[in-house]
This record gives sequence, structure tokens and C-alpha cells, in this order.
Amino acid sequence: MKVLVIAEHDNRELKTSTVAAIAAAQKLALPIEVLVAGYHCQTVVEKVRTLAAISRVIVADHDVYQDQLAENLALLLHSLSADYSHILAAASTFGKDVLPRLAGLLQVSMASDVMEIIDANTFIRPIYAGNALATVRMHDAIRLVTVRSSAFNTPITTHTELAELTVCDKRYALEKTKLVKRVESKSERPELGQAKVVISGGRGLQNKENFALIEQLADKLNAAVGASRAAVDAGFVPNDYQVGQTGKVVAPDLYIAIGISGAIQHLAGMKDSRVIVAINKDAEAPIFQIADYGLVGDLFKIIPELLTKLP
Amino acid sequence: MKVLVALKRVVDPYVKIRVRDDGSGVETANVKMSTNPFDEIAIEEAVRLKEQGSATSTTVVAIGSEASQENLRAALALGIDNAVFVPNDAMLQPLAVARILQQIVVREAAQLVILGKQAIDDDNNQVGQMLAALLSWPQCTFASAVKIAEGGASLEVTREIDGGLEVLSATLPAVITTDLRLNTPRYASLPNIMRAKQKPLTTLTLEELAVDTQTAFEVLSVAAPKTRKAGVMVDSVDALLDKLKNEAKVIA
Ligand SMILES: Cc1cc2nc3c(=O)[nH]c(=O)nc-3n(C[C@H](O)[C@H](O)[C@H](O)COP(=O)(O)OP(=O)(O)OC[C@H]3O[C@@H](n4cnc5c(N)ncnc54)[C@H](O)[C@@H]3O)c2cc1C
Ligand SMILES: Nc1ncnc2c1ncn2[C@@H]1O[C@H](COP(=O)(O)O)[C@@H](O)[C@H]1O
Repeated sequence: MKVLVIAEHDNRELKTSTVAAIAAAQKLALPIEVLVAGYHCQTVVEKVRTLAAISRVIVADHDVYQDQLAENLALLLHSLSADYSHILAAASTFGKDVLPRLAGLLQVSMASDVMEIIDANTFIRPIYAGNALATVRMHDAIRLVTVRSSAFNTPITTHTELAELTVCDKRYALEKTKLVKRVESKSERPELGQAKVVISGGRGLQNKENFALIEQLADKLNAAVGASRAAVDAGFVPNDYQVGQTGKVVAPDLYIAIGISGAIQHLAGMKDSRVIVAINKDAEAPIFQIADYGLVGDLFKIIPELLTKLP
Repeated sequence: MKVLVALKRVVDPYVKIRVRDDGSGVETANVKMSTNPFDEIAIEEAVRLKEQGSATSTTVVAIGSEASQENLRAALALGIDNAVFVPNDAMLQPLAVARILQQIVVREAAQLVILGKQAIDDDNNQVGQMLAALLSWPQCTFASAVKIAEGGASLEVTREIDGGLEVLSATLPAVITTDLRLNTPRYASLPNIMRAKQKPLTTLTLEELAVDTQTAFEVLSVAAPKTRKAGVMVDSVDALLDKLKNEAKVIA
């Protein structure tokens, strides 16, 4: 049998989380095909075709797929599913929207947020905010899986010889949902899920203006900016900065948590980082229990000092 | 428009859980339990829709242990009109939950179903999307704002997505799953807690519903994750920078 990976993209660029999903698919040791559904998405298709791991790319290029909505993507995937033993997507908000809907159409179970692939039927996934790991076995003829990108970050080699291309002309119209608008938070900084260094700020920053300190520090270290739920709820930063059980999961080489207490839900999103630094004025803050390096003190003194001492 | 809300009783989010030594799962005996926080947000949204006149009636449903009835009563005290309890002590997979909810949607003639985006015990994030597929209804997941159109034929939902926000419009009937910033749930007042005791709470068994709850998904074992080895405290910015440069080698 074969594996189908769903490409996530904006019709121009392939999202790096898809590369992680392909890296995960490689563990299954089966031929890998990728579905690119979109509109005027040739550049994405060309990019996918250069990935050495792929045997075939299926492209469904129609206006109805422009906005990547679950309603018709699930129908399209349903129509293609008979050829596959596995369908994988990144555990992004996109993958989490589409794949369970497909599972409903197929009346099969699915495994969310998989961190480890044991064999074709057996997977490890986090439960209880990562405070327990469940080993699960799936017995359906088709296994649907979303994968945690930070757990599969081996790069995929590219080659000049392009993967086979198949055009799919199935066109499922959107009947019940329509995109009104998408407001993307733009940033020149590295993507949170991809960055080697992430600096996150919490309630300790007190307000939006002060949060700029985190951003200045991030710029010095070419880092992405993250935040705790409290910082997002208080409006210091947009929702997509939230790191944690119910936000993004990151595992950079260096994670610096500043003015963050270290609630279970926050730790769930960053505790697999290689090196963790915590800066907090409260020596008892739980974040220090998982930090490799802890510094107790006032962030309003420490960040300015870091800014002058970093090159 | 009739609104149905789903409620799961889960281990309280602030409890530090313990994995059972035999690997059979997470200890839930004598552990503080709560309504799944995302379902509290779903309940609040349903109550607001009723207050605004968009909803004609609101029903909350829980599938779970006998004790789930406490959580249903709490939802009634918050303003939900009636409750349905489906007793079940087995661990159900999302597909089975979605099938049960599908039957209840049909029985209740609900036009809008509001669920949490994820249950914070199993962290699946699946039931709402599966239910929408089973019903062939549109889905608006990860909602941070909900607006029902005049006349109740459609709705507009703002969704929290990885890249920011998006606004989706969908026809009714529809399924919504809640994200954290949709609303801030209220507290129940004492008179409302008293009043809730008179509100209808019906029990419906799986046999009555005639739902197949079998799924081909098996949890083999549950283990505690690796713990990180203890780190060190440093006493100055200089010491921190020295460690990051020369020991961890994560900055130049
Ligand atoms: C269902 C649910 C889901 C959740 N999901 C998430 C999630 O995905 N991500 C997440 O982060 N949280 C999540 N939470 C919230 C979580 O439980 C915590 O409430 C939140 O992480 C706290 O954020 P914080 O650490 O910024 O704030 P606080 O806990 O208030 O901590 C602020 C810290 O700043 C320190 N501080 C204050 N002033 C200074 C100063 N001048 N210098 C140095 N330090 C200072 C304080 O000592 C304190 O430790 C969730 C909660 C629930 C119920
Ligand atoms: N046993 C249950 N009873 C009622 N609702 C449930 C149950 N399990 C899940 N749900 C609903 O489905 C949502 C998503 O759950 P999940 O897909 O399991 O993460 C929850 O927030 C609830 O609204």
C-alpha cells in the first residue's frame, strides 16, 4: 500500500510542517504520494516534486480549493482514499480541521499529534498535555494520522529529477462554507515552529508596550517570538503566538521563557526544547523545575542588560 | 434555533496527573474532576445565544460516568435549559462519541452544536469535525467569535488559525468548536444553582440510542514521559551568557 500526505500551503509556498509530515511518512517504509489541492498552486507542486522522498504528486488545481477549507478537501480526500493505507497531515490548525472530518466521512478512527511511529499500525501520542504518552494501535484498513512537526524535523533531500505528476480533475464545490477573510499576522522573524531560537514572554511583561522588550531580544538572536496564554489573553500579542497544550508546540535548540510561571499547559508546548532558559523574579516558579539555566530577577533589569551584552 | 452543547467531565486542568504503574492509564480515582474548560466556553456561548434571542432553547449532553450529572447540573445553573445524560463507563473514542452525539442531534432537532475544540484529557481535537462529517454539516472549528445572521439561516465565525485569524461564513445547521478566547464563562449565582435542580435532566442509554460504539482503535499502554534532568541556577546575566556560549553552545 501507499501513504498519502496532504500538502499545506497558501498556493504559493509549501508550509514547512508538511516536510515534517513527509519525514514522518518515511518511517512507514511505503511509497509516499502527496496531494496538492489549491488554485494556481504550480510553485507548490514544483517544490514538492523536488523532494526525493516522494514517488508521486497529485495535483487538484481548481478555484474551489483556493482557500483550503475542510468541507470540500475532506470530500476530495475521501474520493482518493481507497488507494492508501495511511493518510498523514501535520498537526497544524489546518490538519486538525481537515483530517478528523475525513475520518468522519470514512467512519474510521484517527490518531492526533503523533510523536513517534513504531510500525505501520502503532503510534505514540501525548495525552494530558504531554504528561503521559499513549501507545496506540489502529486496526482500520486506513490509518489517519496528524503528526507533531517538532518531533520529525529531519530534513528531506531534494533532487533535480522530478517526481511523477498526476492531475486530479475532481472538483467538489463549497456549498456550506465560504471564507470571508483571512487576517494573517505578518512578521519578518522566523516562523515559531521552525526557529532555532524562541523567546517567549508571559504575564510578567505587564503590557503590550513592554512586550517589545521580548521582540528586541528576539531580533538580537534571530529568534521567533512566543507567548503564554496569559500574554495572549491580555492582548500583548496575537493568538498565533501562544505556545502550549492548546497553542503551538515547539522544540527549538534554545527556548527562553521570560515572565512565565510554567503552568502545565505552557510546558506542554516547549518542554522538548534542547536548552531551556527561565528568567523569573519568583525563585519558586515551576518553570525553573524544567529549565537548564535559571536566572532569578526582575526582567525589566535583565532584558536591557542582555540587550547591551549581546552582540 | 435549538442549540446543543457537548460536555465532557475530565481531570481538572490544574491537577498534576499520575500515570498508573502498570501502564494501564492515568489515575482518575480520587482526583479532582471538572467540566472540560473548552466545554465551559461552549456552554457560555450557548447561554449568550439564548440571551440574545438567537437560540430558542439550549440542551447540554454528557456521555460518561454517573458523576457527569454533577457537571450537567452545573451547566443548568449557568443558564442551559435542559440536560441529557448518556451513562457510559468505558473509554470511548472520538468516533463513538460523534456517533452518539449524531443521534442526539437528530432526537433534539438541534440546528447548532457547540463543542470544545479538544478535551484536555486525551487531547484529541476530533469529535466536532467527525460529528460535522457524519451530519454533512459545515464545521467552524477553533472559534473566537460567533455571529448568527438575522433570521438564523447562517453564521459567521472567526477562527484562530496558525497564521492568525480567519472569518468563515457557514449555512445553518452547523457545528462549532470553541477556542479559548471565544468568551469568559460566568459563575453561577446561588438562586440559579437552586433553580437548576428543577430543570429537566433526562437519561438516555446507549441501548436506547442504538449506537455502535466499537472502534478499531486500541490504547496498548500509557507511560510517563522522560523527565528532564535538573538544571542549574545562575546568578547573573554574565554567568547566563557564559553558559549559553561555552557550555550549551546555543549562541555565538
Ligand atoms: C484549557 C486550558 C488551556 C490552556 N492552554 C494554554 C497554552 O496553550 N499555553 C499557555 O501558556 N497557557 C495555557 N493555559 C493557561 C495556563 O494554565 C496558565 O494560566 C498560563 O500559562 C499562565 O501564563 P503566565 O505564565 O504568563 O502567567 P502567570 O502564571 O501569571 O505568571 C507570570 C510570571 O511572571 C513572573 N513575573 C512577574 N513580574 C516579573 C518581573 N518583573 N520580572 C520577572 N518575572 C516576573 C511572575 O513571578 C510569574 O511567575 C491554559 C489553561 C487552560 C485551563
Ligand atoms: N464523552 C463526551 N461527552 C460529551 N461530549 C464529549 C465527550 N467527549 C468529547 N466531547 C466533546 O467533544 C469535544 C472535543 O473532544 P475531543 O475530540 O475528544 O478532544 C469536547 O470538548 C466535548 O465538547
